[in-house]
Amino acid sequence: MSPVLLIARRELRGYLRTMTGWIIAASVLLIDGLLFNAFALEGSRRSTEVLTRFFYFASGPTMVAAIFLSMRLLAEERQLGTLPLLYASPVRDRDIVLGKFLGALAFLSGVTLATMYMPLLILVHGQIAVGHLLAGYLGLLLLGSASLALGTLGSSLARSQIIAAILGAAILVSLLVAWLLASVTEPPFSKLFAAIALHNAHFPAFQSGQVHLRDVAYYLLVTWVALFASTRVLEARRWR
Amino acid sequence: MIQVEQLSKYYGARAAIRDLSFRIESGEVVGFLGLNGAGKTTTLRILGCVLLPTSGTVRLDGQDLLSAPRQLKGRIGFLPETPPLYEDMTVGEYLAFVAGIRGVDPARIPARVGETEERTGLAALGDERISTLSHGFRQRVGVAQALVHAPEVLLLDEPANGLDPVQNVEMRALIRSLRGDHTVLVSSHILPEIAQTCDRLLVVRDGELVAQGSEAELEERLGVGSGVDLEIAGPVEAVVSALRNLPGVRAVSVQPAGGGRAVLRVDAPDALRPALARAALAAGAQLFRLDVSADRLESLFLKLAGRAASA
Repeated sequence: MSPVLLIARRELRGYLRTMTGWIIAASVLLIDGLLFNAFALEGSRRSTEVLTRFFYFASGPTMVAAIFLSMRLLAEERQLGTLPLLYASPVRDRDIVLGKFLGALAFLSGVTLATMYMPLLILVHGQIAVGHLLAGYLGLLLLGSASLALGTLGSSLARSQIIAAILGAAILVSLLVAWLLASVTEPPFSKLFAAIALHNAHFPAFQSGQVHLRDVAYYLLVTWVALFASTRVLEARRWR
Repeated sequence: MIQVEQLSKYYGARAAIRDLSFRIESGEVVGFLGLNGAGKTTTLRILGCVLLPTSGTVRLDGQDLLSAPRQLKGRIGFLPETPPLYEDMTVGEYLAFVAGIRGVDPARIPARVGETEERTGLAALGDERISTLSHGFRQRVGVAQALVHAPEVLLLDEPANGLDPVQNVEMRALIRSLRGDHTVLVSSHILPEIAQTCDRLLVVRDGELVAQGSEAELEERLGVGSGVDLEIAGPVEAVVSALRNLPGVRAVSVQPAGGGRAVLRVDAPDALRPALARAALAAGAQLFRLDVSADRLESLFLKLAGRAASA
Protein backbone atom coordinates (compact mmCIF):
# COMPACT_ATOMS: atom_id res chain seq x y z
CA MET A 1 0.00 0.00 0.00
CA SER A 2 1.33 3.44 -0.88
CA PRO A 3 2.25 5.85 1.93
CA VAL A 4 -0.64 8.12 0.88
CA LEU A 5 -3.18 5.33 1.41
CA LEU A 6 -1.51 4.22 4.65
CA ILE A 7 -1.75 7.76 6.04
CA ALA A 8 -5.34 8.08 4.77
CA ARG A 9 -6.33 4.80 6.42
CA ARG A 10 -4.72 5.83 9.71
CA GLU A 11 -6.54 9.15 9.60
CA LEU A 12 -9.89 7.50 8.85
CA ARG A 13 -9.39 5.07 11.74
CA GLY A 14 -8.58 8.05 13.94
CA TYR A 15 -12.02 9.54 13.26
CA LEU A 16 -13.76 6.21 13.81
CA ARG A 17 -11.95 5.56 17.09
CA THR A 18 -12.37 8.92 18.74
CA MET A 19 -15.43 10.71 20.04
CA THR A 20 -14.71 13.70 17.82
CA GLY A 21 -15.52 11.79 14.64
CA TRP A 22 -18.77 10.37 15.98
CA ILE A 23 -19.87 13.70 17.49
CA ILE A 24 -19.32 15.44 14.15
CA ALA A 25 -21.17 12.66 12.27
CA ALA A 26 -24.09 12.70 14.71
CA SER A 27 -24.30 16.51 14.61
CA VAL A 28 -24.39 16.58 10.79
CA LEU A 29 -27.12 13.94 10.64
CA LEU A 30 -29.15 15.64 13.36
CA ILE A 31 -28.93 19.13 11.87
CA ASP A 32 -29.57 17.89 8.32
CA GLY A 33 -32.62 16.00 9.60
CA LEU A 34 -33.96 19.01 11.46
CA LEU A 35 -33.44 21.34 8.50
CA PHE A 36 -34.98 18.80 6.13
CA ASN A 37 -38.01 18.42 8.35
CA ALA A 38 -38.43 22.08 9.20
CA PHE A 39 -37.71 23.76 5.88
CA ALA A 40 -37.48 21.31 2.97
CA LEU A 41 -40.70 19.50 3.80
CA GLU A 42 -42.73 22.52 4.92
CA GLY A 43 -45.85 23.34 2.93
CA SER A 44 -46.94 21.45 -0.16
CA ARG A 45 -44.12 21.33 -2.71
CA ARG A 46 -43.20 19.33 -5.75
CA SER A 47 -40.73 16.47 -5.07
CA THR A 48 -38.00 18.16 -7.15
CA GLU A 49 -38.34 21.33 -5.12
CA VAL A 50 -38.08 19.39 -1.84
CA LEU A 51 -34.93 17.68 -3.09
CA THR A 52 -33.45 20.99 -4.23
CA ARG A 53 -34.14 22.52 -0.82
CA PHE A 54 -32.65 19.44 0.91
CA PHE A 55 -29.34 19.89 -0.93
CA TYR A 56 -29.37 23.63 -0.21
CA PHE A 57 -29.81 23.10 3.53
CA ALA A 58 -27.40 20.15 3.66
CA SER A 59 -24.58 22.24 2.18
CA GLY A 60 -24.19 24.34 5.36
CA PRO A 61 -23.61 21.45 7.81
CA THR A 62 -21.28 19.84 5.24
CA MET A 63 -19.04 22.92 5.16
CA VAL A 64 -19.05 23.28 8.96
CA ALA A 65 -18.28 19.56 9.41
CA ALA A 66 -15.40 19.88 6.92
CA ILE A 67 -13.83 22.64 9.02
CA PHE A 68 -14.18 20.65 12.24
CA LEU A 69 -12.81 17.49 10.63
CA SER A 70 -9.84 19.23 9.06
CA MET A 71 -8.79 21.28 12.08
CA ARG A 72 -6.97 18.28 13.57
CA LEU A 73 -5.23 17.09 10.42
CA LEU A 74 -1.88 18.85 10.81
CA ALA A 75 -2.37 21.04 13.89
CA GLU A 76 -2.96 17.99 16.10
CA GLU A 77 0.18 16.32 14.78
CA ARG A 78 2.11 19.44 15.68
CA GLN A 79 0.40 19.69 19.08
CA LEU A 80 1.14 16.05 19.97
CA GLY A 81 4.66 16.05 18.51
CA THR A 82 3.92 13.29 15.99
CA LEU A 83 4.86 15.30 12.90
CA PRO A 84 8.56 14.28 13.18
CA LEU A 85 7.45 10.67 12.64
CA LEU A 86 6.15 11.59 9.20
CA TYR A 87 8.95 14.06 8.43
CA ALA A 88 11.57 11.42 9.28
CA SER A 89 9.95 8.83 6.99
CA PRO A 90 10.66 8.48 3.27
CA VAL A 91 7.38 10.22 2.45
CA ARG A 92 6.99 13.44 0.47
CA ASP A 93 5.31 16.39 2.19
CA ARG A 94 2.62 16.34 -0.48
CA ASP A 95 1.93 12.66 0.35
CA ILE A 96 1.43 13.59 4.01
CA VAL A 97 -1.04 16.35 3.12
CA LEU A 98 -2.83 14.23 0.51
CA GLY A 99 -3.07 11.17 2.76
CA LYS A 100 -4.52 13.16 5.63
CA PHE A 101 -6.93 14.99 3.32
CA LEU A 102 -8.14 11.74 1.74
CA GLY A 103 -8.73 10.15 5.16
CA ALA A 104 -10.86 13.11 6.21
CA LEU A 105 -12.63 13.18 2.84
CA ALA A 106 -13.52 9.49 3.16
CA PHE A 107 -15.07 10.14 6.56
CA LEU A 108 -16.93 13.25 5.37
CA SER A 109 -18.18 11.36 2.32
CA GLY A 110 -19.48 8.57 4.55
CA VAL A 111 -21.32 11.05 6.75
CA THR A 112 -22.72 12.90 3.72
CA LEU A 113 -23.93 9.72 2.04
CA ALA A 114 -25.52 8.62 5.33
CA THR A 115 -28.03 11.47 4.85
CA MET A 116 -29.39 9.75 1.72
CA TYR A 117 -32.29 8.25 3.61
CA MET A 118 -33.83 11.74 3.73
CA PRO A 119 -34.15 12.29 -0.04
CA LEU A 120 -35.24 8.67 -0.37
CA LEU A 121 -38.13 9.43 2.02
CA ILE A 122 -39.52 11.68 -0.71
CA LEU A 123 -40.23 8.49 -2.67
CA VAL A 124 -42.93 7.60 -0.12
CA HIS A 125 -45.28 10.28 -1.49
CA GLY A 126 -43.51 11.49 -4.61
CA GLN A 127 -40.88 10.84 -7.23
CA ILE A 128 -37.29 11.98 -7.68
CA ALA A 129 -34.91 11.71 -10.60
CA VAL A 130 -31.81 9.62 -9.99
CA GLY A 131 -29.81 12.18 -11.96
CA HIS A 132 -30.94 14.96 -9.60
CA LEU A 133 -29.96 12.85 -6.60
CA LEU A 134 -26.51 12.03 -8.03
CA ALA A 135 -25.86 15.63 -9.11
CA GLY A 136 -26.83 16.92 -5.66
CA TYR A 137 -24.56 14.50 -3.85
CA LEU A 138 -21.72 15.17 -6.31
CA GLY A 139 -22.13 18.85 -5.47
CA LEU A 140 -22.11 18.18 -1.71
CA LEU A 141 -18.98 16.05 -2.02
CA LEU A 142 -17.19 18.64 -4.16
CA LEU A 143 -18.19 21.45 -1.80
CA GLY A 144 -17.12 19.30 1.15
CA SER A 145 -13.82 18.51 -0.56
CA ALA A 146 -13.07 22.20 -1.20
CA SER A 147 -14.06 23.14 2.38
CA LEU A 148 -11.93 20.33 3.77
CA ALA A 149 -8.93 21.48 1.72
CA LEU A 150 -9.38 25.06 2.97
CA GLY A 151 -9.58 23.69 6.52
CA THR A 152 -6.41 21.68 5.88
CA LEU A 153 -4.66 24.90 4.90
CA GLY A 154 -5.82 26.48 8.18
CA SER A 155 -4.57 23.40 10.03
CA SER A 156 -1.16 23.60 8.36
CA LEU A 157 -0.76 27.20 9.49
CA ALA A 158 -1.84 26.76 13.12
CA ARG A 159 -0.23 25.27 16.21
CA SER A 160 -3.50 24.45 17.94
CA GLN A 161 -6.72 22.91 16.67
CA ILE A 162 -8.84 25.85 17.83
CA ILE A 163 -6.71 28.32 15.87
CA ALA A 164 -6.79 25.90 12.93
CA ALA A 165 -10.60 25.87 12.98
CA ILE A 166 -10.73 29.67 13.20
CA LEU A 167 -8.26 30.09 10.32
CA GLY A 168 -10.02 27.48 8.18
CA ALA A 169 -13.40 29.07 8.85
CA ALA A 170 -12.03 32.53 8.06
CA ILE A 171 -10.71 31.38 4.66
CA LEU A 172 -13.96 29.56 3.93
CA VAL A 173 -16.17 32.50 4.91
CA SER A 174 -14.02 34.83 2.80
CA LEU A 175 -14.84 32.73 -0.24
CA LEU A 176 -18.49 32.40 0.77
CA VAL A 177 -19.09 36.14 1.05
CA ALA A 178 -17.28 36.95 -2.17
CA TRP A 179 -20.70 37.27 -3.84
CA LEU A 180 -21.51 40.14 -1.46
CA LEU A 181 -18.38 41.93 -2.58
CA ALA A 182 -19.41 41.31 -6.17
CA SER A 183 -22.58 43.31 -5.60
CA VAL A 184 -20.74 46.36 -4.25
CA THR A 185 -17.75 46.51 -6.62
CA GLU A 186 -17.32 47.48 -10.25
CA PRO A 187 -16.13 45.20 -13.07
CA PRO A 188 -13.69 43.51 -13.42
CA PHE A 189 -13.61 42.96 -9.64
CA SER A 190 -17.32 42.29 -9.40
CA LYS A 191 -16.96 39.55 -12.04
CA LEU A 192 -13.98 38.08 -10.25
CA PHE A 193 -15.73 38.02 -6.86
CA ALA A 194 -18.86 36.57 -8.41
CA ALA A 195 -16.82 33.81 -10.05
CA ILE A 196 -14.93 32.76 -6.91
CA ALA A 197 -17.93 32.71 -4.55
CA LEU A 198 -17.76 29.23 -3.04
CA HIS A 199 -21.46 28.56 -2.69
CA ASN A 200 -23.63 31.06 -4.54
CA ALA A 201 -21.76 30.93 -7.83
CA HIS A 202 -21.26 27.19 -8.10
CA PHE A 203 -23.52 25.15 -5.85
CA PRO A 204 -27.07 26.12 -6.99
CA ALA A 205 -26.65 24.20 -10.26
CA PHE A 206 -25.85 20.97 -8.37
CA GLN A 207 -28.73 21.42 -5.94
CA SER A 208 -31.07 21.75 -8.92
CA GLY A 209 -29.75 18.56 -10.47
CA GLN A 210 -27.43 20.06 -13.07
CA VAL A 211 -23.74 19.34 -13.43
CA HIS A 212 -21.68 22.05 -15.15
CA LEU A 213 -18.09 21.33 -15.96
CA ARG A 214 -17.03 24.81 -14.83
CA ASP A 215 -18.49 24.20 -11.36
CA VAL A 216 -16.76 20.83 -11.05
CA ALA A 217 -13.50 22.40 -12.25
CA TYR A 218 -13.89 25.28 -9.77
CA TYR A 219 -14.26 23.01 -6.73
CA LEU A 220 -11.40 20.78 -7.87
CA LEU A 221 -9.24 23.84 -8.42
CA VAL A 222 -10.00 25.24 -4.94
CA THR A 223 -9.17 21.83 -3.48
CA TRP A 224 -5.90 21.58 -5.39
CA VAL A 225 -4.77 25.15 -4.63
CA ALA A 226 -5.52 24.76 -0.90
CA LEU A 227 -3.70 21.41 -0.68
CA PHE A 228 -0.77 22.77 -2.67
CA ALA A 229 -0.54 25.74 -0.28
CA SER A 230 -0.75 23.37 2.71
CA THR A 231 2.15 21.35 1.30
CA ARG A 232 4.21 24.52 0.87
CA VAL A 233 3.48 25.52 4.48
CA LEU A 234 4.56 22.07 5.67
CA GLU A 235 7.79 22.32 3.66
CA ALA A 236 8.49 25.79 5.01
CA ARG A 237 8.06 24.57 8.59
CA ARG A 238 11.10 22.35 8.18
CA TRP A 239 13.14 25.51 8.51
CA ARG A 240 11.75 26.15 12.00
CA MET B 1 29.40 6.09 8.31
CA ILE B 2 28.01 9.55 9.13
CA GLN B 3 30.04 12.62 8.31
CA VAL B 4 28.87 16.02 9.53
CA GLU B 5 30.69 19.09 8.25
CA GLN B 6 30.36 22.71 9.29
CA LEU B 7 26.73 22.23 10.32
CA SER B 8 25.00 25.40 11.54
CA LYS B 9 21.44 26.29 12.40
CA TYR B 10 20.41 29.85 13.11
CA TYR B 11 17.08 31.10 14.43
CA GLY B 12 17.31 34.75 13.48
CA ALA B 13 20.63 35.93 14.87
CA ARG B 14 20.80 33.18 17.49
CA ALA B 15 22.85 30.12 16.63
CA ALA B 16 21.39 26.86 17.92
CA ILE B 17 24.46 25.04 16.56
CA ARG B 18 27.54 26.51 14.94
CA ASP B 19 30.07 24.88 12.59
CA LEU B 20 29.56 21.42 14.02
CA SER B 21 31.82 18.77 12.44
CA PHE B 22 32.19 15.15 13.47
CA ARG B 23 32.28 11.65 12.11
CA ILE B 24 30.72 8.42 13.33
CA GLU B 25 31.93 5.06 12.04
CA SER B 26 29.58 2.21 11.19
CA GLY B 27 28.56 0.12 14.20
CA GLU B 28 29.70 2.70 16.77
CA VAL B 29 27.52 3.74 19.70
CA VAL B 30 28.28 7.40 20.28
CA GLY B 31 26.99 9.61 23.07
CA PHE B 32 25.99 13.18 22.38
CA LEU B 33 26.48 15.06 25.63
CA GLY B 34 25.52 18.56 26.59
CA LEU B 35 23.42 20.62 28.94
CA ASN B 36 19.84 21.50 28.06
CA GLY B 37 19.87 24.00 25.20
CA ALA B 38 23.38 23.06 24.06
CA GLY B 39 22.18 22.07 20.58
CA LYS B 40 21.77 18.29 20.87
CA THR B 41 18.13 18.15 19.80
CA THR B 42 18.67 20.56 16.91
CA THR B 43 21.54 18.42 15.61
CA LEU B 44 19.59 15.19 15.90
CA ARG B 45 16.54 16.73 14.22
CA ILE B 46 18.74 17.76 11.28
CA LEU B 47 20.33 14.30 11.08
CA GLY B 48 16.81 12.80 11.27
CA CYS B 49 15.71 14.93 8.26
CA VAL B 50 13.07 16.70 10.38
CA LEU B 51 14.77 20.09 10.31
CA LEU B 52 16.79 21.85 7.62
CA PRO B 53 20.12 23.43 8.59
CA THR B 54 21.16 26.96 7.72
CA SER B 55 24.44 25.66 6.33
CA GLY B 56 26.70 22.65 6.33
CA THR B 57 26.51 19.09 5.06
CA VAL B 58 25.57 15.69 6.44
CA ARG B 59 26.71 12.61 4.55
CA LEU B 60 25.62 9.04 5.06
CA ASP B 61 28.12 6.69 3.41
CA GLY B 62 29.19 9.59 1.21
CA GLN B 63 25.66 10.52 0.06
CA ASP B 64 24.36 13.98 0.91
CA LEU B 65 21.49 13.57 3.36
CA LEU B 66 20.15 17.06 2.79
CA SER B 67 19.89 17.06 -1.00
CA ALA B 68 18.55 13.52 -1.43
CA PRO B 69 16.87 12.80 1.91
CA ARG B 70 14.03 10.59 0.66
CA GLN B 71 16.30 7.82 -0.58
CA LEU B 72 18.31 7.90 2.64
CA LYS B 73 15.52 8.38 5.20
CA GLY B 74 14.69 4.68 5.10
CA ARG B 75 18.20 3.98 6.40
CA ILE B 76 17.72 6.16 9.47
CA GLY B 77 15.62 5.60 12.58
CA PHE B 78 14.87 8.64 14.73
CA LEU B 79 13.44 8.85 18.23
CA PRO B 80 12.63 12.51 19.00
CA GLU B 81 12.72 13.86 22.55
CA THR B 82 8.95 13.27 22.82
CA PRO B 83 8.11 9.86 21.31
CA PRO B 84 5.80 10.47 18.31
CA LEU B 85 2.94 8.14 19.24
CA TYR B 86 -0.62 7.84 17.96
CA GLU B 87 -2.47 7.08 21.15
CA ASP B 88 -5.60 5.66 19.52
CA MET B 89 -3.59 2.81 17.93
CA THR B 90 -2.39 -0.42 19.50
CA VAL B 91 1.36 -1.02 19.70
CA GLY B 92 1.19 -3.59 16.88
CA GLU B 93 -0.91 -1.39 14.59
CA TYR B 94 1.35 1.57 15.22
CA LEU B 95 4.55 -0.34 14.44
CA ALA B 96 2.96 -1.85 11.31
CA PHE B 97 1.93 1.64 10.19
CA VAL B 98 5.43 3.01 10.76
CA ALA B 99 7.00 0.04 8.95
CA GLY B 100 4.64 0.66 6.03
CA ILE B 101 5.47 4.32 5.60
CA ARG B 102 9.18 3.57 6.04
CA GLY B 103 9.03 1.29 3.00
CA VAL B 104 9.23 -2.19 4.57
CA ASP B 105 7.96 -4.87 2.16
CA PRO B 106 4.27 -5.46 3.17
CA ALA B 107 4.85 -9.22 3.31
CA ARG B 108 7.67 -8.67 5.82
CA ILE B 109 5.83 -6.23 8.07
CA PRO B 110 4.26 -8.74 10.54
CA ALA B 111 7.62 -10.44 11.03
CA ARG B 112 9.46 -7.14 11.48
CA VAL B 113 6.86 -5.92 13.98
CA GLY B 114 7.16 -9.19 15.94
CA GLU B 115 10.98 -9.05 15.97
CA THR B 116 10.98 -5.42 17.07
CA GLU B 117 8.44 -6.01 19.84
CA GLU B 118 10.56 -8.93 21.03
CA ARG B 119 13.75 -6.89 21.01
CA THR B 120 12.27 -3.91 22.86
CA GLY B 121 10.39 -5.96 25.44
CA LEU B 122 6.95 -5.16 24.03
CA ALA B 123 5.98 -8.66 22.91
CA ALA B 124 3.19 -8.95 25.48
CA LEU B 125 1.82 -5.51 24.68
CA GLY B 126 1.19 -5.77 20.94
CA ASP B 127 -2.60 -5.49 21.35
CA GLU B 128 -2.50 -2.76 24.00
CA ARG B 129 -3.61 0.73 23.10
CA ILE B 130 -0.72 3.17 23.35
CA SER B 131 -2.85 5.55 25.44
CA THR B 132 -2.96 2.95 28.24
CA LEU B 133 0.83 2.45 28.46
CA SER B 134 3.08 3.77 31.22
CA HIS B 135 5.79 6.34 30.46
CA GLY B 136 8.50 3.68 30.36
CA PHE B 137 6.65 1.53 27.86
CA ARG B 138 5.77 4.54 25.71
CA GLN B 139 9.47 5.33 25.58
CA ARG B 140 10.11 1.75 24.47
CA VAL B 141 7.48 2.07 21.74
CA GLY B 142 9.34 5.22 20.67
CA VAL B 143 12.57 3.22 20.35
CA ALA B 144 10.66 0.41 18.59
CA GLN B 145 9.33 2.78 15.91
CA ALA B 146 12.89 3.92 15.25
CA LEU B 147 14.00 0.29 14.89
CA VAL B 148 11.10 -1.33 13.07
CA HIS B 149 12.43 -0.80 9.55
CA ALA B 150 15.88 -2.12 10.54
CA PRO B 151 17.75 1.13 9.86
CA GLU B 152 21.52 1.31 9.68
CA VAL B 153 21.59 4.52 11.71
CA LEU B 154 19.69 5.15 14.92
CA LEU B 155 19.30 8.62 16.40
CA LEU B 156 17.95 8.59 19.95
CA ASP B 157 17.18 11.93 21.59
CA GLU B 158 17.23 11.53 25.38
CA PRO B 159 15.79 7.98 25.31
CA ALA B 160 16.03 7.67 29.10
CA ASN B 161 14.12 10.89 29.70
CA GLY B 162 11.81 10.53 32.71
CA LEU B 163 12.46 6.81 33.23
CA ASP B 164 12.67 5.30 36.71
CA PRO B 165 15.96 3.59 37.73
CA VAL B 166 14.84 0.12 36.66
CA GLN B 167 13.58 1.34 33.30
CA ASN B 168 16.81 3.31 32.94
CA VAL B 169 18.92 0.18 33.36
CA GLU B 170 16.73 -1.67 30.86
CA MET B 171 17.01 1.17 28.35
CA ARG B 172 20.82 1.18 28.69
CA ALA B 173 20.88 -2.58 28.12
CA LEU B 174 18.70 -2.14 25.05
CA ILE B 175 20.99 0.53 23.61
CA ARG B 176 24.06 -1.58 24.35
CA SER B 177 22.44 -4.49 22.51
CA LEU B 178 22.24 -2.36 19.35
CA ARG B 179 26.04 -2.11 19.10
CA GLY B 180 27.38 -3.69 15.92
CA ASP B 181 23.99 -4.00 14.20
CA HIS B 182 23.38 -0.26 14.06
CA THR B 183 25.32 2.98 14.15
CA VAL B 184 23.84 4.77 17.15
CA LEU B 185 23.95 8.42 18.20
CA VAL B 186 22.29 8.86 21.57
CA SER B 187 21.92 12.23 23.28
CA SER B 188 21.78 12.91 26.99
CA HIS B 189 22.59 15.56 29.53
CA ILE B 190 23.58 12.92 32.10
CA LEU B 191 27.19 11.78 31.71
CA PRO B 192 27.06 8.59 33.84
CA GLU B 193 24.06 7.48 31.81
CA ILE B 194 25.80 7.57 28.43
CA ALA B 195 29.30 6.88 29.73
CA GLN B 196 28.12 3.35 30.53
CA THR B 197 26.49 2.85 27.13
CA CYS B 198 28.68 4.52 24.55
CA ASP B 199 32.05 3.84 22.90
CA ARG B 200 32.75 7.50 22.44
CA LEU B 201 31.38 10.87 23.48
CA LEU B 202 30.73 14.06 21.51
CA VAL B 203 30.34 17.02 23.81
CA VAL B 204 28.47 20.16 22.75
CA ARG B 205 28.28 23.44 24.56
CA ASP B 206 26.41 26.53 23.34
CA GLY B 207 25.99 24.93 19.93
CA GLU B 208 29.65 24.08 19.41
CA LEU B 209 31.50 20.81 19.65
CA VAL B 210 33.94 21.25 22.54
CA ALA B 211 35.35 17.75 22.92
CA GLN B 212 35.18 14.20 21.61
CA GLY B 213 36.70 10.88 22.58
CA SER B 214 36.22 8.02 25.00
CA GLU B 215 35.56 8.78 28.65
CA ALA B 216 39.14 7.84 29.59
CA GLU B 217 40.59 10.01 26.80
CA LEU B 218 38.53 12.98 27.88
CA GLU B 219 39.53 12.53 31.53
CA GLU B 220 43.17 12.41 30.58
CA ARG B 221 42.91 15.40 28.25
CA LEU B 222 41.08 17.50 30.82
CA GLY B 223 43.24 16.48 33.73
CA VAL B 224 40.28 15.28 35.76
CA GLY B 225 41.62 13.54 38.86
CA SER B 226 41.20 9.80 38.71
CA GLY B 227 39.20 8.34 41.57
CA VAL B 228 37.78 5.04 42.75
CA ASP B 229 35.14 4.51 45.46
CA LEU B 230 35.22 1.41 47.68
CA GLU B 231 32.29 0.76 49.98
CA ILE B 232 33.46 -1.51 52.80
CA ALA B 233 32.65 -2.81 56.27
CA GLY B 234 35.32 -3.92 58.73
CA PRO B 235 38.61 -2.48 59.98
CA VAL B 236 38.56 0.85 58.17
CA GLU B 237 41.91 2.11 59.47
CA ALA B 238 43.71 -1.10 58.50
CA VAL B 239 42.23 -0.97 55.03
CA VAL B 240 43.14 2.71 54.59
CA SER B 241 46.66 1.94 55.62
CA ALA B 242 46.87 -1.03 53.24
CA LEU B 243 45.56 1.07 50.35
CA ARG B 244 47.96 3.95 51.07
CA ASN B 245 50.86 1.54 50.88
CA LEU B 246 49.98 0.51 47.33
CA PRO B 247 52.22 2.09 44.69
CA GLY B 248 50.17 4.54 42.57
CA VAL B 249 47.73 5.51 45.31
CA ARG B 250 47.97 9.25 45.87
CA ALA B 251 45.39 9.76 48.63
CA VAL B 252 42.61 7.99 50.51
CA SER B 253 39.72 9.75 52.26
CA VAL B 254 36.99 8.16 54.36
CA GLN B 255 33.27 8.97 54.41
CA PRO B 256 30.84 7.18 56.71
CA ALA B 257 28.06 5.43 54.75
CA GLY B 258 25.77 4.26 57.59
CA GLY B 259 25.03 0.71 58.69
CA GLY B 260 28.62 0.22 59.84
CA ARG B 261 29.96 0.81 56.37
CA ALA B 262 32.35 3.42 55.00
CA VAL B 263 33.12 4.74 51.55
CA LEU B 264 36.83 5.07 50.83
CA ARG B 265 37.53 7.57 48.07
CA VAL B 266 40.87 6.57 46.58
CA ASP B 267 42.83 8.87 44.26
CA ALA B 268 44.37 6.24 42.00
CA PRO B 269 44.41 5.26 38.32
CA ASP B 270 41.65 3.00 36.99
CA ALA B 271 44.15 0.24 36.26
CA LEU B 272 44.76 -0.16 39.98
CA ARG B 273 41.18 -1.30 40.70
CA PRO B 274 41.98 -5.05 40.97
CA ALA B 275 44.89 -4.31 43.31
CA LEU B 276 42.69 -2.04 45.44
CA ALA B 277 40.09 -4.80 45.80
CA ARG B 278 42.72 -7.38 46.73
CA ALA B 279 44.35 -5.07 49.30
CA ALA B 280 41.01 -4.24 50.94
CA LEU B 281 40.04 -7.90 51.22
CA ALA B 282 43.49 -8.87 52.50
CA ALA B 283 43.15 -6.25 55.25
CA GLY B 284 39.97 -7.96 56.45
CA ALA B 285 37.31 -5.76 54.84
CA GLN B 286 34.01 -6.86 53.39
CA LEU B 287 33.78 -5.21 49.99
CA PHE B 288 30.28 -4.13 48.95
CA ARG B 289 31.05 -1.86 46.02
CA LEU B 290 33.96 -0.69 43.88
CA ASP B 291 33.41 1.80 41.08
CA VAL B 292 34.46 5.03 39.47
CA SER B 293 33.98 7.95 41.82
CA ALA B 294 30.74 9.89 41.29
CA ASP B 295 32.68 13.09 41.96
CA ARG B 296 35.02 12.24 39.11
CA LEU B 297 32.19 11.91 36.57
CA GLU B 298 30.60 15.09 37.88
CA SER B 299 33.85 16.95 37.60
CA LEU B 300 34.40 15.67 34.07
CA PHE B 301 30.88 16.67 33.06
CA LEU B 302 31.25 20.16 34.50
CA LYS B 303 34.53 20.64 32.70
CA LEU B 304 33.07 19.39 29.44
CA ALA B 305 29.60 20.80 29.28
CA GLY B 306 29.41 23.35 32.01
CA ARG B 307 30.96 26.70 32.56
CA ALA B 308 34.47 25.49 33.35
CA ALA B 309 37.38 25.65 30.91
CA SER B 310 36.83 23.99 27.55
CA ALA B 311 38.89 21.19 26.06
